[in-house]
Amino acid sequence: MNETIGMALIIVGLAFDFFGCLGLIRLPDVYNRIQASAKCVTLGTCGILFGLFLFKGFSLAGIKALLCLLFIIITAPVSAHALARGAYLSGVKPCKENVADVYGEDKLKGR
Amino acid sequence: MDRTVRWFIGALSILGVAIVIIYLPLPSMMQWQSNFLSRSFLWLLFSAILCLWRVLRGPTAPDRAVAIDMLGILIVGFCAILSLPTGRDWYIDIGIAWALQSFIGIMALAKHLEGKDLDE
Repeated sequence: MNETIGMALIIVGLAFDFFGCLGLIRLPDVYNRIQASAKCVTLGTCGILFGLFLFKGFSLAGIKALLCLLFIIITAPVSAHALARGAYLSGVKPCKENVADVYGEDKLKGR
Repeated sequence: MDRTVRWFIGALSILGVAIVIIYLPLPSMMQWQSNFLSRSFLWLLFSAILCLWRVLRGPTAPDRAVAIDMLGILIVGFCAILSLPTGRDWYIDIGIAWALQSFIGIMALAKHLEGKDLDE
C-alpha cells in the first residue's frame, strides 16, 4: 500500500517537474519564468522525495529524504525571490503585456 | 510560422519523447533498467535538456540564472529517483550536498546581479 502511494507521488512529481520546465522555455519574461518554474519544480521534487520516504520507511535513507525535502522547501522560495529582486535591480524590464509595476513605483517614490 | 503549427509540433515532439521513454526497449547494460520506475529518470533528463535550452537561448543574464537554479533542484530529484532501483542510499547524500551548494551559488549570483559585492 505504501509503495503504491509512493509510486503515484513519484509520477505526479515527474509531471510537475516537466510542466515547470515547459513554463521555463515557453513564457515571454524573466518574472513569468520565475513565477511558473520555481513553484512547479519545488513541488515536483518534494513529491519525488516524499515518495522515496514512503518507499524507504523510517530508515536512514528515509530520514535523509525528509531532511532534503525540508531543506528544499525552505530554500527554493528564498532563492527565487532573491533572483527576482536581482533581475529587477539589474535593469530587466517586464514584457509589454504587463499592466502593473508596484515595486518600480515604490522605488520612484523613495520608499 | 503560425502559432497553431508551432503548438502542434511541440505537442507531437513531447508525445514522441514520452512514447520512446515508456515503451521502447532500451539497449540496457544493467539489470535495473527494466521496469518503468527505473526508467523514469530519463523523463527528468528530458526536463533538464529543456532547462539547458533556456541557458543556451536566454536573452539576458537573469534568465540563465533562473534556469541554473531550476536545474539544481531537478538534479536533487534525479539523485533521489536514482537511489530507488539501484538500492544505493548514498545518492540521497549527493542530493543534500547539491541542494546546499546550489542554494549558496544562487544567492551569490543574485547578489552579483543586484550590483553589490559579496560582503555587503
